Amino acid sequence: MRAADAFIKALEKEGVKHIFGIPGGAIIEVYDALWDSDISHVLTRHEQAAVHAADGYARASGKVGVAFATSGPGATNTVTGIVNAYMDSSPVVVFTGQVPRSLIGFDAFQEADITGITMPATKHNYLVTDPESLTDVVKEAFYIASTGRPGPVLIDLPKDVTMVDVEFNYSKKVSLMGYNPRIAGHPKQIKKAAELIMKSERPVIIAGGGVILSNASKELVKLAETIPAFVVTTLMGKGSIPETHHLSLGFIGMHGTKYGNYTVTESDLVIAIGCRFSDRTTGKVASFAPYAKIIHIDIDAAEIGKNVRVDVPIVGSAKQILPKLTSIIEYKKRKEWGDRVTGWRKAYPLKYKNDDGKLRPQYVIEKIYELMPDAIVTTEVGQNQMWAAQYFRTSYPRQFISSGGLGTMGFGFPAAMGAQVAFPDRTVVDIAGDGSFQMNIQELATCVDYRIPVKICVLNNMFLGMVRQWQELFYDERYSATCLRCKEMSFEKIAEGFGGVGMTVEKVSEVEDALKEAFKIDDVPVVIDFRVERLENVYPMVPAGAALNEIIDEEV
Amino acid sequence: MSRYTIAVLVENKPGVLARVSSLFRRRGFNIESLAVGTTEREDISRMTIVVSGNEKIMEQVMKQLNKLIDVIKISDVTVNSVERELVMVKVATNSANRGEIAEIANIFRARIVDVAKESMIIEITGDEEKINAFVNLMRQFGIKELVKTGKISMTRGGKMVQL
Repeated sequence: MRAADAFIKALEKEGVKHIFGIPGGAIIEVYDALWDSDISHVLTRHEQAAVHAADGYARASGKVGVAFATSGPGATNTVTGIVNAYMDSSPVVVFTGQVPRSLIGFDAFQEADITGITMPATKHNYLVTDPESLTDVVKEAFYIASTGRPGPVLIDLPKDVTMVDVEFNYSKKVSLMGYNPRIAGHPKQIKKAAELIMKSERPVIIAGGGVILSNASKELVKLAETIPAFVVTTLMGKGSIPETHHLSLGFIGMHGTKYGNYTVTESDLVIAIGCRFSDRTTGKVASFAPYAKIIHIDIDAAEIGKNVRVDVPIVGSAKQILPKLTSIIEYKKRKEWGDRVTGWRKAYPLKYKNDDGKLRPQYVIEKIYELMPDAIVTTEVGQNQMWAAQYFRTSYPRQFISSGGLGTMGFGFPAAMGAQVAFPDRTVVDIAGDGSFQMNIQELATCVDYRIPVKICVLNNMFLGMVRQWQELFYDERYSATCLRCKEMSFEKIAEGFGGVGMTVEKVSEVEDALKEAFKIDDVPVVIDFRVERLENVYPMVPAGAALNEIIDEEV
Repeated sequence: MSRYTIAVLVENKPGVLARVSSLFRRRGFNIESLAVGTTEREDISRMTIVVSGNEKIMEQVMKQLNKLIDVIKISDVTVNSVERELVMVKVATNSANRGEIAEIANIFRARIVDVAKESMIIEITGDEEKINAFVNLMRQFGIKELVKTGKISMTRGGKMVQL
């Protein structure tokens, strides 16, 4: 059998249903083999978008996302997508074409050393030089990408490797000498954690993306209710507990809720689950949770003790560890702590000025939430992302999809596309900024082509808003290179030009109708250009380098 | 800052050295010396890496290395080990000092492996202290060239670095 055919058969064995990609000379054999397969392929308009789409597909569905690209520029275009998936631990497998083995190293046409380039940005990568090993490599790649701490894997396929005849024997098991993720959690450590929990008077749980990745949301809520402990999440952990739950305090960090940040700062015990204590979450590390002992549960041992001091480390999967921990603790009433937190929650709600009739981005998001609370929501990066995180109250895991670690503008739209491919019958909304949306706007063509009815809500302030906000607050309003000056540009017409639906909304009174109309459309992408207040800022805010409780707010 | 020596067993595959060195570079860890070769098993290579850092950095070095799929096992062999490095020094000589140099080499159990009219190559094996002492003595004659293999290390007694 031709190696390319064996390769596609291996993907079928791995249960792959969808691939996002763009063909080219070096990967043409693979695409030829794909012609005979039932796997559906979405031809994106840029390889970066293909990887983001695979990433969004993975985050929404929990399955491995798959992307194809050709050699050289096709491969290098995938790099941002790969780093993005790496930073947020998303299981994505990227296959790139490569020049024939005999030409590797000779600077051949469309040759790029993609395994060298992605070495520090993948969980693992391969250059396949032995055609007989090709299907084994596929098996390993899916296993590595989806187990332990998930992450992207890249496989580089020299053209001649895909052309020769090979035997197809698909192995059932993968055995790797150097890879054996620990998942169970050490019983002694779990017991120590239970003791700390029972002693604690002011516990708080920080739930990160790891809770979602290990599908441990139910186990998390059970633990929180049993202790009982308030739960804050990181940006990546949004959805691990319904944000309408009485123990949920929203997300913490630079633009998190004030009450969440105060709760962590005043707590005497932090139970961190599947989070890596990023600088955006902790604020100034030296002042992070100064009165608290810290229990850190994570599947990646290298995360433990990397950024903050830890008293009880537990290495393993949240799914395995949380029930064990819950089973050996008992409910203990902590009224005083409950009252204090409730007090903060009442005193410092999220708020914005909304009594002057001006169209504000926060209002748009509140309306999206009100009309479509079950929608899958992706975000771009910047102000739009923070407002979405603040005002869209996530109710289930994998509902909120955002580029947390890398902060990739242009991620949200193709990720929404991927999520929509995974769930064709659900409503998928990309909460976007005008800057971010333009970074992958070409995918409107893909969405029209494949009837992917993603709703793109552009909070259009004609600025690179988050940078402008920093310039306003910290650089004397010197708006250097942040004004996008696109008053004359019409997202409505652009959407129509691609064959989608476009709308422009300038008044508060038009928001609801526009959204309702958009939610009815189920065959083409819809772009709503919300012309929002240009100088609106994201608050509350922890200034860079400040502690979580030094969070500032604006006067409303 | 202290110095640590770690023994890393890796799969004997192309690109493994690049993965390890790329990890050190990316995370800002300092490699003082690195030696690599095959082991008693031909599918496994062993790297001996000397790293400078503190305890916290070392913990990260070990944990991050462990995450590489091709890395099989990491052992801290800083204490209670036999350490060796092989060095070749090309020393400037003339007919007047050749005898003196040979005598010093002899005291250090170093071997003269090449003699020419204006230079000789001396090979010396040992731990760092011995090698430094010897090299410092050679400086007075003029060192024309010097090459080191990097340190290798093996724990004393029954303890072994193996799978």
